Formats: sequence, C-alpha cells, structure tokens
Amino acid sequence: MAHFTKAKSLHDWLNQRLAVDTLRRVLSTEYWIPKNINFLWAMGMVIAVTFGLLLISGIFLLMYYQPNVDLAFDSVNYTIMQEVGYGWLWRHIHGVAASVVFLIIYIHMFTGIYYGSYKNGREMIWISGMLLFVAFSAEAFSGYMLPWGQMSYWAGMVITNLFSMGGLHMDGLVEWIRGDYVPSQAFLNRFFMLHVLLIPLAILGLIGLHFGALRIPHVNNQDGEKIDFKAESKKYLSGDKVHAKVIRFANDFISKDMMVVGIYLVFFFYLVFYHYDFAMDPVNFDPANGLKTPTHIYPEWYFLWSYEILRPFSTNLGLIAFAFAQVIFFLLPFLDRSPNAIPASRRGLFKYWFWAMLIDMIILTAMGKVPPEGLFSAIGFYAALVFIGLWIVLPFITKYEKKFKG
Amino acid sequence: MKDNSRRGFMGKAFGAVAGVGAVASLYAMKRSWDPLPSVKAAGFTTLDMSAYNDNELVTEKWRGKPIFVLKQSKEMLETYDKNISQVTGKSTAEMDKKRLIKIGDDYFAVCVGLCTHLGCIPGYNPEEKGFLCACHGGMYDDTGMVTKSPPPRGLDIPPFKIDGMKLVLGEEGPEYKKMLEDGITLKV
Repeated sequence: MAHFTKAKSLHDWLNQRLAVDTLRRVLSTEYWIPKNINFLWAMGMVIAVTFGLLLISGIFLLMYYQPNVDLAFDSVNYTIMQEVGYGWLWRHIHGVAASVVFLIIYIHMFTGIYYGSYKNGREMIWISGMLLFVAFSAEAFSGYMLPWGQMSYWAGMVITNLFSMGGLHMDGLVEWIRGDYVPSQAFLNRFFMLHVLLIPLAILGLIGLHFGALRIPHVNNQDGEKIDFKAESKKYLSGDKVHAKVIRFANDFISKDMMVVGIYLVFFFYLVFYHYDFAMDPVNFDPANGLKTPTHIYPEWYFLWSYEILRPFSTNLGLIAFAFAQVIFFLLPFLDRSPNAIPASRRGLFKYWFWAMLIDMIILTAMGKVPPEGLFSAIGFYAALVFIGLWIVLPFITKYEKKFKG
Repeated sequence: MKDNSRRGFMGKAFGAVAGVGAVASLYAMKRSWDPLPSVKAAGFTTLDMSAYNDNELVTEKWRGKPIFVLKQSKEMLETYDKNISQVTGKSTAEMDKKRLIKIGDDYFAVCVGLCTHLGCIPGYNPEEKGFLCACHGGMYDDTGMVTKSPPPRGLDIPPFKIDGMKLVLGEEGPEYKKMLEDGITLKV
C-alpha cells in the first residue's frame, strides 16, 4: 500500500491522493508550445469555448423544450422565446454558436491543411479531428430537427432518404431509422435523444482523444521547423527563456489563447444580440407540414458544399460523389505523399492545390445556396468535378514534391 | 503455465458470455428502433373516386405520405398514348395505360407524391400538365412518368385495391400486383 503521511495542507492532502502536481506538470506547466505560431493556433480553444456556450445554452433550452410533434414548435417559438425570462438569449446563443462553430472548424481544418499539421506523427490528431467534424455535423443535423418547423421536417425527410442508398432502395432501413413511414413522433423523440445525450457523449470522448493525440507530437509551428522539445524545454527550465524555442502551455500560451478568445467573444455576442437572424431560417418559422414541401430546400451554409456535390448528378452517381466527399478528408494524411510538414507556400504544386481546394469549396458553398437552374447548375457541376479531380491528383503532385531540407 | 492456461480459460469463458450478451443486446436495441406495431397497423385509406374532376390534382394522405390523385382528361389520355409508344417503342394497345388505374370509365393517376430522388413533394402545373420538383429540378408528366432527371424512376404507385367506385390504399389488389410484375412501380 502506498505510504500516506499527515497532510501539511489541503494541497498536500490532494497531492498525496490524486498527484495533482504531476498532473498539472504533464498537462499544462510542462506541456510545451512552440513560440513561432500565430493567432490561427488559437482556433482549437475558440471551438472549445463555443462548445461550452452550446452546452450551457442547451441546458437552459432543455428545461422548456417539448419533444412532441404537437408541442415542439410552440415550446421553442412561444414558451422559450416569449415566456421564459431570457429564453431568447439561450436560443440565440445556441443557434448562432451552432453556425459559427462550423466557421471556426473550417478555419481550424484549413489551417491544419496549410501548415501540413496532419503528418509525421500527427495523423491521429487529424483523424480524431475529422471524427469530431462528423460528430458535430450529426449534432447540428439532429438539433435542426427539434424546432419541428418546415425546414426541420423536410431536411429530416431528405437526409434520412439518403440511407435508401439510391438504386439499392433500402426503404426498410429508412423506415427503421425514422421509426415510421415519414418523420413523426418516433423520429422527433429519437433525434432528441441523439442531440441531447448520445452525440454529446461521443463529442466529449472525442475531444479527449483529440487533446490526447496532440500531447506526444506537440502542436506544429508556422515555419515547419522540427523542434527538439526535450532540449528546448531544458533550456527554458534552466532560465534561458529568451533562446528557448518553446513556452509553457500554462500560463504562457493560454494567456495568448484567451486573448484571441476574448476578441472572438466580442464578435460572437455582437452576432447574438444584433445579427442572430442569419442563423435562423425564416422557412423554419412555419410549423412542419408533411403535405407541403417548401419551394426551395437547402441545408445550413456549412453543409452546402457537400450538398452541391450531391446535386448535379443522377441519384446513384450523386450519392457516390457525396459519400466520397464525406470520407475523403479522413484520408488526407495518406494521400499527401510528401514528408514535408511545412507551410503550403513553400511546397511547390501543393500551394496551388491548397488554394484551388479552398476556392472550389467556397464556390460549391455558393452554388449550393442558389436554385439548381441554368448557369448555376453548370458551375456547380464543374466545381464538383474539380473537387473530385483535386483529390485524385493529390497523391501524384505530392509524390514528386522536392524534399525540404530545413 | 498452469495459471496461464487457467487464466486463458477464464478469459475465453468471459469472452463467450460477453459475446452472447453483446449480440443479444444489439438485437434488443435494433428492435427498440423498429417502427411500433401501432404505426405499422395504421394505414388503410379509402378514396371515393367519383368525387374528382378532370386535370385537377387532389392530394390525399396515406401512411403520412401525400398521395396524388389526378383524373385524366380525354386530351391527357391521347397524349399519354402518344408518349408511351414513343418511350417504349411498343404499340399503344400493347402498353394500354399501364400507369393509370381504371375505375368505371375513367382513368386516374394515383401516385405517392414524393419525388423518387430524395422525397420532396413535386408541384403540379395544370397548364403544362406536368410535375416539377423544386428541390433538384426533377420533372414528371401527368401520369407520374419521369421526364427529366435526377429522379431515377416515375412516381411510385401505392398498393391499391379497386372496390366498385372506391379505391382502398394499403391493400394489394390484382391490378396492383400486375403493375408490380410489369415493373411499373416499386413496392412502397
């Protein structure tokens, strides 16, 4: 049995039982962060804070929301918005955060792609991050069902229909997922369960994995420099903080992180108080009606790019293209054949690949929003082809990339 | 060594118990997600077919799904004959209004009003005598035959049974079974 002595203080008492000093050292004071990073390295913390806002606002919404097809719409639009004191605040925080978190996730992802932060030992960071992206997408979709407005209902109809797998006609599977022939009470109840319990649990677990995956390879830096964290941390601890290339996670790095978070929160609450409408589709303020499709159905902005990859093709081809778009980002660490983990600007053809991919996804997003007619239809079609083409050429252009000696 | 084999046995024994338990609980979970018997059992809709007017789309409801009922006018039947022989290359007599349901002396298009692409509800334009799905631009003619992709097939026809001037949705009559055999519609 471990040897316990009479504690000299509460800290000592806890330390003997929980090793709080060791934990603090491993997780923060001697978790080393490179000095040569920029504000883009704060996006992870910005996402974590936004997730916290979603959790807290969600708890208050949960106290009045009714997961019942007859009551859900009014419980959101009347009870929470009109009767509950500051209910509007929780709803607008929840809605705005659900939208903005995807903006930050995309910035976070493209930062990783630009700086090559997904290879040479950082593969698990990328993969756990992509799993988080999938979990957040499922969380966003299931949450979108809950107000039971027209867009909720018809998005639910269209997305669950994807599981019939086009030409395979697996209608039984679709009915099984819904618990009914069409979205109804069983459907609303199970998506409510997914939204408030199962998916948030998965997200919490995945956040743990994502942070854990970061601990051993450490974060990348903006120069693609290979840092000897052992040697540099020794330099820091011996007092040579000027020449050490690293700083402590806490309190050094976290203070800069929270500075960015502070600026972000000002912007975030500006949206919550003055421009929350961008996250609230007007069509969803009509109660769900299974006998009337809205004239134009589109997903929230953050799903538009993959929706546009689905749209211009015939059913089966569209589903295959859509499935491709959903999984291909997972394979990035393996499709990029170059060992260079340096900024895209110094990587030959990959530089053009990066910007082409970013611009193509913005075009797909824009085309997903407009009606599928004429010129828009054509632009969307070619942008979808470019997306697929870019992934096919990636292994070839990176294979012949010159090795960076740094 | 003896200990090892004993531990190995205990590990395998636990694995077997846990495996059986896992399979059994997965089955229970799958069954809990199934549609309820009350949901399955509900769902016969009887329509009085003498109440409809020519070229006027009426949307009925069956199992929570919209059902389009469109009584064909004389003019529409003539175009149908022309189109079907063009599409199939077979004579009109051979194809004889296969998508339509004959009740008394009238012909009706009765289909599930959900686009076969991803399930939106197409809108009907009585002037152009066609359906347009606003979601992804799919089009159907006045009998529910697809005329522009992405929909992979015409509007599905719900199971029906003809009972005099009445039509019972949800029951499979001989006319419906014939449609299934001929590949006119998929089972919904």
